[in-house]
Amino acid sequence: MNPLATIGSAFMVFLGALGSLAMFAGNAVSHCVRPPLYPRLIGRQLLEIGYYSLPVVGLTTLFSGMVLALQSYTGFARFSAESAVATVVVLSMTRELAPVLAGLMVAGRVGAAMAAEIGTMRVTEQIDALTTLSTNPFKYLIAPRLIAGTVSLPILVLIGDIIGVFGGYVVGVYKLDFNAGTYIQSTVQYLEQVDVVSGLVKAGVFGFIVALMGCYHGFHSRGGAQGVGAATTNAVVTASIMILIANYAITEMFFSS
Amino acid sequence: MAEQPKIRIRNLHKRFGPKVVLNGLDLDVGVAESVVVIGGSGTGKSVLLKCILGLMEPDSGTIEIDGRNVVGLPRAEREAFMRKFGMLFQGGALFDSLPVWENVAFGLIQAQRMDRAKAREIALQKLAQVGLGEDVSKLSPSELSGGMQKRVSLARAIAAEPEIIFFDEPTTGLDPIMADVINDLIVKCVRELGASALSITHDMASARKIADRIAMLYEGKIIWAGPVADIDGSGNPYVDQFINGRAEGPIQMAVLRP
Repeated sequence: MNPLATIGSAFMVFLGALGSLAMFAGNAVSHCVRPPLYPRLIGRQLLEIGYYSLPVVGLTTLFSGMVLALQSYTGFARFSAESAVATVVVLSMTRELAPVLAGLMVAGRVGAAMAAEIGTMRVTEQIDALTTLSTNPFKYLIAPRLIAGTVSLPILVLIGDIIGVFGGYVVGVYKLDFNAGTYIQSTVQYLEQVDVVSGLVKAGVFGFIVALMGCYHGFHSRGGAQGVGAATTNAVVTASIMILIANYAITEMFFSS
Repeated sequence: MAEQPKIRIRNLHKRFGPKVVLNGLDLDVGVAESVVVIGGSGTGKSVLLKCILGLMEPDSGTIEIDGRNVVGLPRAEREAFMRKFGMLFQGGALFDSLPVWENVAFGLIQAQRMDRAKAREIALQKLAQVGLGEDVSKLSPSELSGGMQKRVSLARAIAAEPEIIFFDEPTTGLDPIMADVINDLIVKCVRELGASALSITHDMASARKIADRIAMLYEGKIIWAGPVADIDGSGNPYVDQFINGRAEGPIQMAVLRP
């Protein structure tokens, strides 16, 4: 077979998938802003995505903050810049680490569960059953998850920011013998509003991506248990990659001047 | 025909890639009539149901419900027609995140915006109609046996008092006695509602019991249709082979013979 034809057909498949994802996203978002909404279902998803992810996100950011303090201290000691540790911790946490790590952890925890749940509903005809009961599956299944994902991740990240900075503080003060007052002072000294805001915007976008990929792959899964398994894997992988790409794009948007 | 049929299908075509599934299918279902479509596995019975329900778009042809063609209708108008439908899925398709009573009340609560307490009352009533007590109503669907799931699914299909009910292989996977219980319930529920019913099955005992009229689907077309009493004297070799379950005959299964 002509190798160019292989590349071409693979590219066409990719474009097709991109198009169907875009249409799915457009359709889903339009249902997020049109009534009726289901507050009860949104509440359940907020609990599922937000509240139950707290331990995972908290632990991840705590240890990231701690290791960051340790690493930057040993690194900066080589050119006697140890006093920058607190600033490095707070800026890296709020701008990058908390949103990206929380996004990836939630993708693994929630995105996979969503794809598995919706995928199982698809292969057991529950989604068809919704339609025959005059209930739009986009409205009932997908809109609540998208809304809850977009809302709950920024809250998670804000909490993660605080826990991460606290982790850095613990290591800085109790292990590296910083003065507690000085550490706190240099933490807030160089922190600007945009650092936190950009992180929260990222979190909102990542939450949307995780929920979208979980729903999309679940919704289009077919072929029984194997299909659901594939949907779960694809949801996590595509969400993670898209988070990393979107992370760059948003950083570029906020800080390139 | 003097009376307008409830469902009128003309020249319906559907193909998946090179595989032609429905090839010019014609079928009528009268008001308060129960039609059973029989046919082998993979002959397109489920595709036919999904086309009528709007879960699949046919390639060409018309499907008229109460004289109105529903093929290609926009989604919002389609949903209005859905309210006339009730559907019993082959696997039950109960929502496993909800307790039994909420499954039955689902259409009432979500689509008709009925008060939850009132919907629950109706759900309990419908469950009683299919022989299930209040103790079952709080269980989750995964705690039920196959026969009970089918009955809950039947209760859900009739809860909103639809004008047309579809049954997708209602007795598949059940023992013969439970299958007969389900058949009796289907006949009873459809009569009580005065609804039209369209069922697909390959279980002849079930077809004989619930049908007023039987239609046989073969190679994407209805090759024979007639009252249930005529099925044994149809004179059609395809129908004879199917209802008697013989491997030899005009219908050749795609099986490699040694």
